[in-house]
Amino acid sequence: MNIQRLFKRLKPGRGAVISIPYFWLLLFFLVPFFIVLKISFAEQDLAIPPFTSLMNLEEGGLLHLTLNLGNFDFILSDDFYAKTYLSSLQTALFTTLMCLLLGYPIAYAIARTDPARRNVLLMLVMLPFWTSFLLRVYAWMGLLNENGLINSFLLGIGLIDEPLQLFHNDFSLYLVMVYAYLPFMILPLFSHLVKMDGRLLEAASDLGAGPIKAFFTITLPLSKNGIIAGSMMVFIPAVGEFVIPELVGGPDTLMIGKVLWNEFFDNNNWPMAAAVATVMVLLLIVPIAFLHRFETRQLEGKGNE
Amino acid sequence: MVDAAKQSASEKPYLSIANIVKKFGDTTAVDGVTLDIQRKEIFALLGSSGCGKSTLLRMLAGMERPSSGQIILDGQDITKLAPYDRPINMMFQSYALFPHMSVADNIAFGLKQDKMPKGEIDARVAEMLDLVQMRKYANRKPYQLSGGQQQRVALARSLAKRPKLLLLDEPLGALDKKLRQQTQLELVNTLESVGVTCIMVTHDQEEAMTMATRIGIMSEGQLLQVGTPAEIYDYPNCRFTAEFIGDTNLFTGPVVVDEPDRVEIEAAELGGRIWIDHGITGPKGMQVWASIRPEDVRVDRDPVAAGPNAAKGSVAEIAYFGSYSVYHVKLGSGKVLKAMVPVNRWHEANLEPPTWGDQVYVSWRADMPVVLTR
Amino acid sequence: MNNQKLSPFLKGMLLLGLLFLYIPIVSLIVYSFNDSKLVTVWGGFSTKWYASLFQNEQIISAVELSVQIALASATAAVTLGTIAGFVLARFKRFPGSSLFAGMMTAPMVMPEVITGLSMLLLFISMQQLIGVPAERGFFTIWVGHTTLCMAYVSVVVRSRLLEIDQSLEDAAMDLGARPLKIFFVITLPLVAQAIASGFLLSVTLSLDDLVMTAFLSGPGSTTLPQVIFSKVRLGLNPEINALASITVLVVGVLVIVANYLMLNSQRKRERALAAAMRESSAS
Repeated sequence: MNIQRLFKRLKPGRGAVISIPYFWLLLFFLVPFFIVLKISFAEQDLAIPPFTSLMNLEEGGLLHLTLNLGNFDFILSDDFYAKTYLSSLQTALFTTLMCLLLGYPIAYAIARTDPARRNVLLMLVMLPFWTSFLLRVYAWMGLLNENGLINSFLLGIGLIDEPLQLFHNDFSLYLVMVYAYLPFMILPLFSHLVKMDGRLLEAASDLGAGPIKAFFTITLPLSKNGIIAGSMMVFIPAVGEFVIPELVGGPDTLMIGKVLWNEFFDNNNWPMAAAVATVMVLLLIVPIAFLHRFETRQLEGKGNE
Repeated sequence: MVDAAKQSASEKPYLSIANIVKKFGDTTAVDGVTLDIQRKEIFALLGSSGCGKSTLLRMLAGMERPSSGQIILDGQDITKLAPYDRPINMMFQSYALFPHMSVADNIAFGLKQDKMPKGEIDARVAEMLDLVQMRKYANRKPYQLSGGQQQRVALARSLAKRPKLLLLDEPLGALDKKLRQQTQLELVNTLESVGVTCIMVTHDQEEAMTMATRIGIMSEGQLLQVGTPAEIYDYPNCRFTAEFIGDTNLFTGPVVVDEPDRVEIEAAELGGRIWIDHGITGPKGMQVWASIRPEDVRVDRDPVAAGPNAAKGSVAEIAYFGSYSVYHVKLGSGKVLKAMVPVNRWHEANLEPPTWGDQVYVSWRADMPVVLTR
Repeated sequence: MNNQKLSPFLKGMLLLGLLFLYIPIVSLIVYSFNDSKLVTVWGGFSTKWYASLFQNEQIISAVELSVQIALASATAAVTLGTIAGFVLARFKRFPGSSLFAGMMTAPMVMPEVITGLSMLLLFISMQQLIGVPAERGFFTIWVGHTTLCMAYVSVVVRSRLLEIDQSLEDAAMDLGARPLKIFFVITLPLVAQAIASGFLLSVTLSLDDLVMTAFLSGPGSTTLPQVIFSKVRLGLNPEINALASITVLVVGVLVIVANYLMLNSQRKRERALAAAMRESSAS
């Protein structure tokens, strides 16, 4: 409390300190969103940059403001976009769920190991996280394709007669999404689980609850914060994922991140890409705001100690 | 307010706290505290958590600004000064030793802020280390020290700048009981040898009674009573103080006899009257309380003369403390009276100590009870 | 959490999880030594792909650029992120604090297609208005990476700051130090480790970034992930396997070393504390 009050007295100094990162973020993070919104009202044009200007100052001082709602109209009317947004949300949701189902036992197991071995295990789990995301996705390309390792192995031991279609379809998409995002779920879950007081479980068992019951009535509810944190860290970026659908997704794979990329790089239709981005942000505002409020409440609890 | 026994009444106070108020939004943490501290005093602010004593201490240190009021130290108005501009130093409850600096560097830190020449700093640091007997740990880091050792370093650091006022925030709170008793005396000796004026904050009455020259009892932001440990113990000015310091038995009732040399209270719980051998100010019929300390209650197995300041009861509980026992005696009215009886009492009278359920007689001298009007 | 024996279920899940995480990585490494160009058909042991990797000009210059950008971004991210973390930890409320906190959380989760596109459009607008930045390249990529990484650094620094004893800063003030001095002499050394891990985290994120970089880069500034992506899009490539193996090796070594150093300092403290306790009880 005390340093703040003194900084209040040194108003200019305090202001300067806060303003450096503040203005950086305002300029490079916040303002761009408004520019995206603005460009989404433009039309594609053969120019550099490839979109029309919204404002035209005509002779006689008349300012013409042209808002092209065509892009949004297209998004709302064409089935394709609705399906893609939906499919992206679905994929992100599925990924989050699977990461939770797989990640929770792993995080729990590590949290309950003795501190000496816990460090080693944690290191082992986090090592893939530190390795390149792109390369890990690439690794699955070699495993999943027709001549890939999995098929070769299964053919080799005679379990199957023909190679399975494991690649460039929804299966490979989901598998690699879960693979790539798993560490993002495990780490927040672990850091919440490890802070849980083990004596609570001792108390539960003393009062007659078996291990399974104790888990569902004590551990699970108390790890709620970890679950929320991990889920948000997976869900929100997963919605807009590009690399994984591009490299291992099927031709029918509908992911909005890929659509945005195609509009921008392949069609050179910047206004359309901007419109797609705007709608994506609108969809994600709710979970992002939720995460922000959740984090603020967490920190306020901690800061008051 | 009672002056410190050692100082003459005409001397100007060294520290003058004038009507300090601190509000946090709607809550009032400190509600108009006025207090004068004399030079070289060791003053204890005693109270339970939330009474405002820590907030008051922080305002003295400069970490909080009073909502209103004044603080004058040695003639200087320091109310609005920043902590680093005040000639006051504080010893923190958690010691707050800088973990990345050695013991010597911790002690030197404050001196470096004053831009003291290096030679002088080194000499002063050595002096402080000797004062707390930590010379050979000069190069250690805090995490390499035990709790008691850390406390000594924290003390040395807070005295290094020869502050006009030393503030101690629960100085012995982090130590275990045995170490605490030892350290209490060591600490007082050190403070007295240095001759620094101290204000300490504690919730431990034993600590306050042992270490302080004067105590101030605080509750709900207000200073209830100020006096020497003996004054506060023997002459509490209200029920809160009587119950907070030590243990006591409280009886209530109207004043039925009010003479200049005696007062009688009709105490329903006693089933009789309480006689006090001096007069009090207040009308007859006024509702008062009488506070009687357990060590002033005499317990007899044989009946005593009927009359005031006596009653019959049965032993409901015995708390054994080795050299004495506290008997919880249930009186006819149902009230439980606590009596502290040294173990020799029964040996000297060649009696068996009473046991649970035994009938006993309790009584006390007329000069023992303290009359409280609030 | 206490250390009890793990149930067979948990042990099994742990093992399964580790296998799941590592089998792809191991297969990458194994097949980098494959003599055949067909990555998944074993043609014998060979290190030729490593040799050709080191002669691949495109990859080498991409590595150089990526490393430069990573170091520059990490430095900027650590500077800005530490200030931000400090502000968020110590100044609880000020006008606009909610927006500030929100802007610090969002880059971490916002899909990169959005942040990349929006930042690019910003640079275009800036170019139209004031002529700067003249072209997309090192500078624009650096800004993008810094913005992303500073969010992570601020989280790490903020949580470390909330852990340290607040009365340390009070004590320094009480002893006569002014706020700025306190920041540099007391606060900063205590968060040094958090800043270091923030730096490493930023380097990793920057080296690995693809999508945002794709939007923000220009001709002549191709980063390593961009090169890898363009090759991998076309199919499997044994040189990439070799590159992956080297990456895993380097990262693995760094993680083990960092972990070892941290554990060591922790063990030293515990031993010192135990020694101090024994001493004081003996005296």
